[in-house]
Amino acid sequence: MASEQNKDASADKGFIYLPLIAGWLVPGAGHFLLRKWGRGTLIAVSIIGMFVLGIAMQGKIYSSAHDVLDLLGLAGDLGNGLLFVFSRILGLGAEQVQVTTADYGTRFIVVAGLLNVIAAVDAHNLRTGRKS
Amino acid sequence: MFRPSHFAAVVLFALFASVVFGITQRDTPRRMVRYGIYCFVLFVGSAIVLSWLMFLIAR
Repeated sequence: MASEQNKDASADKGFIYLPLIAGWLVPGAGHFLLRKWGRGTLIAVSIIGMFVLGIAMQGKIYSSAHDVLDLLGLAGDLGNGLLFVFSRILGLGAEQVQVTTADYGTRFIVVAGLLNVIAAVDAHNLRTGRKS
Repeated sequence: MFRPSHFAAVVLFALFASVVFGITQRDTPRRMVRYGIYCFVLFVGSAIVLSWLMFLIAR
């Protein structure tokens, strides 16, 4: 009983959006902050693995939006947080999609970003107590 | 350059997406595992069914 009250009190402290932001910037970090080590590790391995496979398949990383589809792709890529930033800095990914596997890779990168947003929101829900 | 077959790409995609769906969409570990497996089977199963449909339509 007392330990539960202490847990509730400690959960109310601090910046409530920290797991959300950390989870967006680094996949799994939001769950790590909440001491959900197993969930965080699985999320990190899945999202980083998907992103790395996308890069390995010469997937395209969107840098600008010329039409609506590019805009959606860019929005998805931005969900990768720092992975997106570092890949842009290092010049990873292809400029043009020329082979079929590169098209798969582009989708892998976009979906990794979207999954990362879902995971970050999940960390936020855990932080606010909406999910246990 | 990593060049998986179409099916290998589907399986990898399904695996990673199912793990994240399972963890984020359910509350307890047991339900997470069950939902993850459910999503994986739906991803791969629907890809196989649609592939056969397209094959039959194209003939």
